[in-house]
Amino acid sequence: MEWEHKLHILHLKVISIPLCSPEALLVPRKPRHRQFPEYDDLYCKYCFVYGHDWAPTSGLEEGISQITCKSRESHKLIWNFPLDITFKSTNPFGWPQIVVSVYGPDVFANDVVRGYGATHIPFTPGKHTRTIPMFVPESTTRLQKLTSWLMGRRPEFTDPKVVAQGEGREVTRVRSQGFVTLQFNIVTKDLKKLGYDTTPGSSEAPPITGLSGTDQPYTL
Amino acid sequence: MASTSDIRDKLRQKRRAFQESLVRVRDDTQALVSMAMDVNRDSATEDLAGEEEPAETLRRSLKAQRQRRKKKLLEEMAVEESQTGAEEEEMEDGEEEEEEDVETSAVEEVSEVQSIQQSRGRSETEPETESEAAARSFTRSSRDLPPLPMSRPSSSISESSMRQRMREKLRAARSKAESLLQQEVPVEPASRLQSLRDRDTLTRFDRETEPELRHAPDGDSSEILGKVKFREAVRRVRIDAQREAGIPTAEEAYNFFTFNFDPEPEEEPSKRRKKRRPRSEQAEGGQEEEGEGEGEEEPEEQEREVEREPAREDDEEEEERDEEAALVRDGEEDLFLIEQSSQDFLEVRKAEYIGYNRRVQRESELLFTPSVRTVPASNKLPDNMQPRYLEEEGLYVGERPVVSLTNENILENRILRQDQATKWFGDDGRIIVLPDPIKESSTRPPLFHMEGDLDPSLQTVYRKAIKSKYAKRYMPGVGDTQGDYQLDVDVAGLIFSHHGLFSREHVLGARLAQLYDQHLSRQHKNLTRLLTDKLSGLRNTIRNMLELHGGQGLSEITQQRIAEYKQEVKITRQMRDAEQEKDRALLKNIVKVWKEIKALREFQRFTNTPFKLYLRREEVDRASDEREHEAEILAEVSELQAESWEDYEKKVTEYKQQNEEWKTWKKKQKAMKKKKKKKKKQQSQDEEEDEVEEESEEELGEEPTKPDPPEEPDLDAVERQVREKAARIRRKPGEPILVPELTASSNITPNEQCPRAEFGRRQDVLKRSLFVKVLYNDKEVSRTDSRALTADFRVHFGQIFNLKIINWPESIKLQVYETVGSSTTQLADVFVPVPEPSILTGSATSEQLEFSSNQRVTFNHEGVGSDVPFSFEADGSNRLTLLTSGKLSCCVSWAIGDDDIPLAPPMTHASAGINSGIMQMDAIACIGASGLNDMKKLGKWAAESRLDPNDPNNASIMQLLSVVSGGEVTVPDYFRLEQLQEEFNFLSDEELDRSRRFRLLRLRTQEVAEFRGYKFVPTLEREVFEKVFQDYEKRLRDGEIVDTKEHLDAHRALVAKYLQKVRESVVNRFLIAKHHFLLSDVVLEEEVPTIGVLGLNLFKLAEPKRPLKPRRKERKKVTAQNLSDGDIKLLLNIIRAYDIPIRKPQASKPSVASKSTRSVTETFTTGHSSQTAMQGTDWPFNQVLVRPFVEVTFQRTVLQTSTAEGPNPCWNEEILLSFSAPNGDYSTTSLQSVKDEVFINIFDEVVYEISEAERERERGGLYAHVERHWLGCVKIPFSTIYRQSRIDGTFKVEMPPVLLGYTKENHVVSDGGYDIVRNLTEGAFITLFITIEPQLVPGETIREKFDTEEDDRVLLASEFFEKDANKRFPDRPCLTTVIDINGKTVFITRYIRPLNPPQELLDASPNNPQETMELVARYVSLIPSLPDSVSFAGVCDLWSTCNQFLTLLAGDEEEHAVLLCNYFLSMGKKAWLIIGTAIPEGLTAYVLTYEQSRYLIWNPSNGQYYGQYDTFCPLQTIGCLINADNVWFNIQMYDAPMRISFDVTKSKFWKPFFSRAFSYPGLSSVQPEELVYRRTDKAAATELQDRIEKILREKIMEWRPRHPTRWNRYCSSTLRHFLPKLELSGGRDVAEEHRLELQSLLGEYRISGFPLHLPFSEIQPIIEAVYSTGVHKVEMSNVEFALAVYVHPYPNNVLSVWVYLASLIRTR
Repeated sequence: MEWEHKLHILHLKVISIPLCSPEALLVPRKPRHRQFPEYDDLYCKYCFVYGHDWAPTSGLEEGISQITCKSRESHKLIWNFPLDITFKSTNPFGWPQIVVSVYGPDVFANDVVRGYGATHIPFTPGKHTRTIPMFVPESTTRLQKLTSWLMGRRPEFTDPKVVAQGEGREVTRVRSQGFVTLQFNIVTKDLKKLGYDTTPGSSEAPPITGLSGTDQPYTL
Repeated sequence: MASTSDIRDKLRQKRRAFQESLVRVRDDTQALVSMAMDVNRDSATEDLAGEEEPAETLRRSLKAQRQRRKKKLLEEMAVEESQTGAEEEEMEDGEEEEEEDVETSAVEEVSEVQSIQQSRGRSETEPETESEAAARSFTRSSRDLPPLPMSRPSSSISESSMRQRMREKLRAARSKAESLLQQEVPVEPASRLQSLRDRDTLTRFDRETEPELRHAPDGDSSEILGKVKFREAVRRVRIDAQREAGIPTAEEAYNFFTFNFDPEPEEEPSKRRKKRRPRSEQAEGGQEEEGEGEGEEEPEEQEREVEREPAREDDEEEEERDEEAALVRDGEEDLFLIEQSSQDFLEVRKAEYIGYNRRVQRESELLFTPSVRTVPASNKLPDNMQPRYLEEEGLYVGERPVVSLTNENILENRILRQDQATKWFGDDGRIIVLPDPIKESSTRPPLFHMEGDLDPSLQTVYRKAIKSKYAKRYMPGVGDTQGDYQLDVDVAGLIFSHHGLFSREHVLGARLAQLYDQHLSRQHKNLTRLLTDKLSGLRNTIRNMLELHGGQGLSEITQQRIAEYKQEVKITRQMRDAEQEKDRALLKNIVKVWKEIKALREFQRFTNTPFKLYLRREEVDRASDEREHEAEILAEVSELQAESWEDYEKKVTEYKQQNEEWKTWKKKQKAMKKKKKKKKKQQSQDEEEDEVEEESEEELGEEPTKPDPPEEPDLDAVERQVREKAARIRRKPGEPILVPELTASSNITPNEQCPRAEFGRRQDVLKRSLFVKVLYNDKEVSRTDSRALTADFRVHFGQIFNLKIINWPESIKLQVYETVGSSTTQLADVFVPVPEPSILTGSATSEQLEFSSNQRVTFNHEGVGSDVPFSFEADGSNRLTLLTSGKLSCCVSWAIGDDDIPLAPPMTHASAGINSGIMQMDAIACIGASGLNDMKKLGKWAAESRLDPNDPNNASIMQLLSVVSGGEVTVPDYFRLEQLQEEFNFLSDEELDRSRRFRLLRLRTQEVAEFRGYKFVPTLEREVFEKVFQDYEKRLRDGEIVDTKEHLDAHRALVAKYLQKVRESVVNRFLIAKHHFLLSDVVLEEEVPTIGVLGLNLFKLAEPKRPLKPRRKERKKVTAQNLSDGDIKLLLNIIRAYDIPIRKPQASKPSVASKSTRSVTETFTTGHSSQTAMQGTDWPFNQVLVRPFVEVTFQRTVLQTSTAEGPNPCWNEEILLSFSAPNGDYSTTSLQSVKDEVFINIFDEVVYEISEAERERERGGLYAHVERHWLGCVKIPFSTIYRQSRIDGTFKVEMPPVLLGYTKENHVVSDGGYDIVRNLTEGAFITLFITIEPQLVPGETIREKFDTEEDDRVLLASEFFEKDANKRFPDRPCLTTVIDINGKTVFITRYIRPLNPPQELLDASPNNPQETMELVARYVSLIPSLPDSVSFAGVCDLWSTCNQFLTLLAGDEEEHAVLLCNYFLSMGKKAWLIIGTAIPEGLTAYVLTYEQSRYLIWNPSNGQYYGQYDTFCPLQTIGCLINADNVWFNIQMYDAPMRISFDVTKSKFWKPFFSRAFSYPGLSSVQPEELVYRRTDKAAATELQDRIEKILREKIMEWRPRHPTRWNRYCSSTLRHFLPKLELSGGRDVAEEHRLELQSLLGEYRISGFPLHLPFSEIQPIIEAVYSTGVHKVEMSNVEFALAVYVHPYPNNVLSVWVYLASLIRTR
């Protein structure tokens, strides 16, 4: 007889994560250098990092966005890149994280990384906006910084997924480099059935009472 | 070199050209400027003509002149142009410099013409003129004019003559210039190298002098004048331009176009100045403006400048100038004298700036600047005097004042310039100085005035420093984004409890509402009920206690407690009674007020308030109510009685006591009195006695009052009282409960129906409006809208003010204002507490703050007014005075930012000075954090005060106390980390252990092999089945109990266990190391390129592009992290094979030729010919020799190539196998530990015709039967492929020694003697190319630094040696230190030591050393091989010593090699260990021996040996040789064994580790002195043999589930007899005999089969090997199988296993 293993599965559906919408911004570290050709024509790579108990059931785990340029007015980079993904899981452990890495050409038109960032996918259903700080690994020495700049080979993480973990990060030195805003629309299913209540508690904030503090029936 | 000089020349030319162009550009601008000036002058005059009256006479003539002049000018240009053109033509071979000059001048002229036109237009558009300028220009032009007309004969007619003249002039000029240049030559190169500025002067100099020189011989003064003028102007302007060197300002531009930059001729300025001054004064008179001042000064300056000019030039230039000047001076002087006007000498120019350098230069002539250099002492002293130092001679010398050395030097230098300089200097050569005049202490007399003397207003008063009040007010960090604090003040509204405009009814209504509020709140708290419950509870307790003890034997404590309880009952009862009374009174009051309202409404005949009171009756069950009532009363009565009895008893005892006291006192008194009397009688006069008496009086004290005996309690009275009280405060039994309900449902009488007074009041109300001001820190920050007062005296504002604050909140005040018409009065201030930082908008509740105003307001209408007595009674009695008061509803809280961050200041700061409303109310909050520390005290206090635990007011305290574990309230005096850990344990530990799910999760986290990467741990406990753990638990059990059955051999089982343990410990070690990250693991960073690399790259850039030349690209390496199933493919390219055995004809007679004995000298060719001969005989019988195909098996995937033909087939096919890692884990560790092997099997496809009978049965469907016969195989472990990423080469096919039915095509047999080099070894070969697609990055070896016992010096040297070797020959492996099984670094030579091989082997063939060697090699090869990288995944090679190796009976190539090498050494051979690379092993170790002047290379893993020049030697490169004393690194050009010399003594070829510089320190060996071998139990071997046979038999049957498996016993037994022979012969040379033997026995069978030979380690590899041959796959129905197993024991449990497997098909 076949041994049947029926699992309860939680479902999490990220309907869309428009990267950086409505105002996705990779703010240059020095805003006054806006006119500098740096930090333009950027594109995003994203991937999801999740635990063993998770599996994507639909949607792409990894992807790449279009290249976007700054507009003349806003100096923001807007990708508005939607992506759909559905996960299933048996265990909230290893809740998926999205890792975003931004790339763009440098002065010599070499594609270099402009930032890595990661965030957990929000737990609660609904619409969420997350602004994640981006960072890049620093060169070990000044000389290397110069040569990397010249050769267009900036230091990169061997695997962008590193930024979703803590292990091994202690050996790196990173520099902050702008922000990326993500917007999530989350739908969950059967989370509550398994005893995980992620919806926010009952609404606090009782309505502001009337004029008299005690509930007098004659106040109208 | 030629080319470089060329380049240099070119460069020089270019540079020159560049200079030229530079000059040209400058000239252009100059020309433009000068022309513009001229034109300006013209236009100025033109304009002037229209305006100026006095100049009118002049104007006409001027106009004519001007026009003429203009024309002439143009002509001149034209002429000059053509002239220069001519010049150009002529000067073909002239010097370059000259050419340049001419060119530039030509250009200059042209541009001049253009600029005239341009500036004309410009000057017309700007017609501003200055009269002064105009006048001057007028005079100037008139002065200029005369020479011009005569200077040129007009134009084109005289062109040729002109040219000629010019030519002449030119010639003259050239000769002059040449001579000049000759002078110049020595200077020029130097100046060239100088700065641009120098060059400028040079070129200008050329240009200036050249044309003038040209004209000079002509002597045409007018022309010279014109030229000179232009030059001058140009120069001046250029200087200006140089100075300003930027865009001119508007003013400058204006000046530029309006001023006349007229040149001054360079001539006797002093003379001119004298002339000019009076004249200019005459001419200009009043017309001259401020400009004149300028103009007057400027000439001076300019002249000075002019004077200076030559000074700046080079000496040479100066000479030149002199010449020129002389020329010019003559002509000009004449000219000047002809026409002179006052204007000539006046010039208005802008102030000139003189460059700093020049000024300094100029000043240096006038001023003396003393040098700052130290003056040598000799200068300062009189001649021939040595400085004398008074100080040294012991004389007192005052301290010199401090003067800086520079100043001193300057002074000295200056002094030295004066006469009698030396008198200023002392004997010591320093300036004579008075001692330092500065006194150390103040010489000023101190002020001794007393303070009183001072004017009181001047007296100083000490005040302590005060911190500014405002300093603290500002919050830190305001202005930052994070420092945004915001208070939300919500003013909801207010309600008046009294207001001046209240009518009487309103007053009552308000009172009613208030009472009703009270009632509601009391009802809400329900104290009565609470107390009643408590009372009954206490009563029950007492009763229980009494009952428990049965009224007797009450202990002291119990009694005490009962007493306490009783006391409490009493208090509680009293409290309850009070509450009940209050309740009742309240109810009564409500009813009373309501009645009053009703009466009032009746009286005034209108209704003002909407209040209406209903009294709801709640009927009760009369009987039960009465019963309760009665019971209650009785209980109370009994208690009271008991109390009173107690009281009485107490009193009685007290009384008795007192009575007793009194009596004793009485007695004493009586006695005393008696005494006194006696005394009085005795000594009545004695005064002292009185005192005594008094004393005695005192002793007794006052007379105690005689106690009254207590009255007996009147029990009846008690009861009466109780009943009375009950009647008063309680509802009568059976009486319905009255519940008042206040509604606002009654109608208010409309205005029209009201009397006038009331109407007036209402109108007044309507007029009122209110607003609230919000004051923050006593500053108004905002105010609400003004809202009208409603008829019910409520105002609703509902406004929220957001206060962004930067000051600390000190007070928040709301002011209530009332507006009547236009006047506004403040009603009240309401102070709002500053909220706690935790009170945030949204969660804060609004507070009701009461306010009142003491304003006196009176009205003449119905309004009762405020602070005015009024009465409800008609007679005016019972007067009331009410003040305006009310409640303001508001709420102050800290705002919440957009991102849910409270905009509140940090807690610590704010809470210090703030009295929060909450703090006032909440006791615990008041205690605060500091109070909590003293928990003990609190607990004590709580116990003492007997807090009622049920009282909601005490709830917080009780909770607090309960937290502090009830009884023992001690603050721990230790610090606990994670004190809340237990709180967060969501499961107890036992439960955690029990739960299967958690166990699974934990095992996964620990990366236990079975659970690593386990997916989808179920959510619920019940979904996790025990089955999951079965394997794991089994393994754990196995760790303890050795499964002998699987291992077949107890010893091996033990070894396996030991190995497992070693492996585990190493893996653990490795796991720890794996979690150490280096930067390179996480961050990918380019290395800094070396100069060489950079140079190479640059060189590459210059390389020509060759698009058609293909280049090899490095494949992209993929890190193992982001891989998933199906991503990795194994790519096999099977190219060809050689020497595949060919089929033997079935019926062929035994061929003797096959076993040809070959002599030593017999060459390969002859052998081959004999073979071909044999082949030739076979050929006709068999159509095809062999039809081989290759089948690749990997991870149970089987793929095969097409079938090729012949013994040397060529497939050239690519096979793609997908690879899947265990558990889908593609990490490096996991990949390294993949044990799968790639089996490359060669089969022969045999097609048999199916017999007639069968064919009929098959109905013609099948005519042939395809059979496959296994020929041989190549096994390549995946780990090898993974490590090397690419395997390319020709491999020897492992073939069974005997292949039934097949024969070797070239059977080259060596039989004995080292001298036979098997340059073509027997066996087939296959050429393969294997790689992994995509290329994987092989795991790096562990970086851990291992412990060591080696000397640091050796380690350092070895590190250096290896590094050096790596640098020179990166492909050659170099090994000096290795890691032993304990994880310690050991120098490699320690492993080499002669060790005795088993004696049996030596005894086997004592006469034949070669055979012995082979046997030893065979013995070594029989020890199973187990790659380290598999057993110790990811860990570097571990080297075990020989005895460890023999105990473990498993090891890598190096262990085999070391053992073999040691054996050879002990046999007295010369042997070395070779570290090199081989296929397919990769980095490996071989053994080199030197025998009879030949080197032999031994492969220790299979016992094969090769000569140095053997083409099929698998060893590809040789990195280093090792023996017991030294390590030699191969530094020859080649590394293939065939091409190198093995003579290690030659330092040219081999670099020794220990050399003369670093001698061998004599390292002791890690190997044992002697190896002890155990004799292998023969019986055990036989047993094992039987077992293997049994298992294999079962397996084969298992693999053929659909077919019956028949065993041919006869055949099997024959085979079994045959196997020992094979063993003895080492698997050689027996095939034919054997075949013949079999043939004779089993004639009627077609036999295909072979013996397999394996070293024994475990049963599993044997099964695998058998499976891979595919013998079981024969599906013919009549197939029979034969199986024989033979295990040959060697010493020390080394077993050689032979499996003979054959399939038999009956042919008949």
